Amino acid sequence: MEKLLEVHDLHVAFSTYGGTIKAVRGVNFYLHKGETLAIVGESGCGKSVTSQAIMRLIPEPPGKIVRGKVMFKGKEITRYTEKQMRSIRGVEISMIFQDPMTALNPTLTIGTQLMEGLQEHQSIRGETATSKALEMMHLVGIPNPKERLKQYPHQFSGGMRQRIVIAMALICEPELLIADEPTTALDVTIQAQILELFTTIQAKTGISIILITHDLGVVAKIADRIAVMYAGKIIETGTKRDLFYNQQHPYTKGLLKSVPRLDLKEEQLSPIDGTPPDLFAPPQGCPFTARCPYAMEVCDNVYPVTTERSSSHRVDCWLQDKRAQQLLARTANQ
Amino acid sequence: MLRYIGKRLLMMVITLWVIVTLTFILMVTIPGSPFNSERGTNEAVQANLEAHYNLDKPYIVQYVLYLKSIVTFDFGPSIKQPSQTVNEMLGRGFPISFELGIITIIVAVLSGVTLGVFAALKHNQIIDYVAMGFAVLGISIPNFVLATLLIQQLAVNIEWFPVARWLSPAHMILPVTALATGPMAIIARLTRSTMLEVLTQDYIKMARAKGLAPWKIICKHALRNALMPVVTIMGTLLAGILTGTFVIEKIFAVPGMGKYFVESINQRDYPVIMGTTVFYSAFLIVMLFLVDIAYGILDPRIKLHKKGGRE
Repeated sequence: MEKLLEVHDLHVAFSTYGGTIKAVRGVNFYLHKGETLAIVGESGCGKSVTSQAIMRLIPEPPGKIVRGKVMFKGKEITRYTEKQMRSIRGVEISMIFQDPMTALNPTLTIGTQLMEGLQEHQSIRGETATSKALEMMHLVGIPNPKERLKQYPHQFSGGMRQRIVIAMALICEPELLIADEPTTALDVTIQAQILELFTTIQAKTGISIILITHDLGVVAKIADRIAVMYAGKIIETGTKRDLFYNQQHPYTKGLLKSVPRLDLKEEQLSPIDGTPPDLFAPPQGCPFTARCPYAMEVCDNVYPVTTERSSSHRVDCWLQDKRAQQLLARTANQ
Repeated sequence: MLRYIGKRLLMMVITLWVIVTLTFILMVTIPGSPFNSERGTNEAVQANLEAHYNLDKPYIVQYVLYLKSIVTFDFGPSIKQPSQTVNEMLGRGFPISFELGIITIIVAVLSGVTLGVFAALKHNQIIDYVAMGFAVLGISIPNFVLATLLIQQLAVNIEWFPVARWLSPAHMILPVTALATGPMAIIARLTRSTMLEVLTQDYIKMARAKGLAPWKIICKHALRNALMPVVTIMGTLLAGILTGTFVIEKIFAVPGMGKYFVESINQRDYPVIMGTTVFYSAFLIVMLFLVDIAYGILDPRIKLHKKGGRE
């Protein structure tokens, strides 16, 4: 399958008065055409920064892409000028943000905001633009699109606004949609509707989606592949099957254990103890060591090599090392 | 909308009535009369003069007569300069004062907003520091001090501009600069801070993610939202500029309304006091009304009428 997007060794840092925050520290992943990749992790692990780095939307200064490259359709867009990037944003790669209540400009009509992209990139105006906007509103399931076009954001509910934001992102028919926690700010029933919408749109348009979330329920519903991020690194990646049924990294295991389940009798959730490391001075070894129940001496000092368990499943953990496996087997026997 | 305007018009009339009444009360409580400074008049002449201008009547009658003159907008002749009517004075002075005021507002808003936007875009860089330093100076220096400095440096020392009077565009530069600097500085600081806030909003990020050109993001998405607070303080600034014109007109010998306003009070020229006060108040009230209307146009969330809102 063709790779639409490849990210190689991406490093992003922010310089602040307190020092440099290394928010993303060597991230690698790829995305096939028509696929949905979920990037999962807790707050501050660098998932939003990664997505904004792809779009080159990180405010510079203080942010900076220190190293690494992003390849989109075989072209290295990290080398693009700001002007070249502008011709990609909204046209080939679109983005949706977390809070639909603030993502729309309160002083402009929905129609203006929807058609803006068309005017900017494809010089489509007037009737053609309006009919395209109506078509998009129909696609995302907004009733009475004709009247709604003339209304302002405050006349829409949260769920409807997120639909508008999605329509806005899709209007120029991009090939890649980056959705940064698109359902976090919505209540549960609306969440389900929006996820449903993503699936329908993907079936209709064949768009590729990067979904950034900390909600494993969302992931289970629509992702094809999953990348688990921790402290600025992707520590485990694989297909949905790999990660839900055969997860290897202690962090992924902990993450899945902490999800409330209706089919198990346990009444207490088991959280992962401790907090993520300080990204001003990230540890040189595995960042999860301090919270890991299986931590070994080597974990403290050296970042684990990547183990490829299959063509899709990769883990960064010393427990994957042959010697560690033998050791585990021996302790189990005793 | 029409209902709102109707309601506002009624409020404006009431406000104006309160101002007129207060002015009348102040006028009759201040000691002195228009004829105090006349020399060689005996009591009989004084009494005759007062009778001629109805000043011997009970206050309540005088008050009703004043109200009548306001409603008909005929204030009669000035007491001190009987050859001119108050309306003639207003007709001569107002266009000049209006010109000074309007040019000042335009200059203050345009330069203030531009300065504020640039300062915000170059946040924490040299341009920002220079612009804000300039703004602090502009707020701190009173306009009469600035006016005198400008005259001394630019008109007397290097003779670039005329010292005074109101004849050509060159004559307007110094008075307008003196009057506009304060409001401009206030607008610049306000625009900068609201602009900085607006630029961090999600819809700006969204506009960038749509691939819009930077100037479009600033003009279409950011500025409109950043200007809300500026529109709000426009009312206060207008009042400031209006009173500022008295001082500036005096310093630059501009033949506007300010002269009549100040002189009439000193001379107890009752019809002129009433005329100028009513005129200034009415003007300010109408301007404030226009500001409110502009607010509703800029921000659709502010509904000027009761219907509408969230559906």
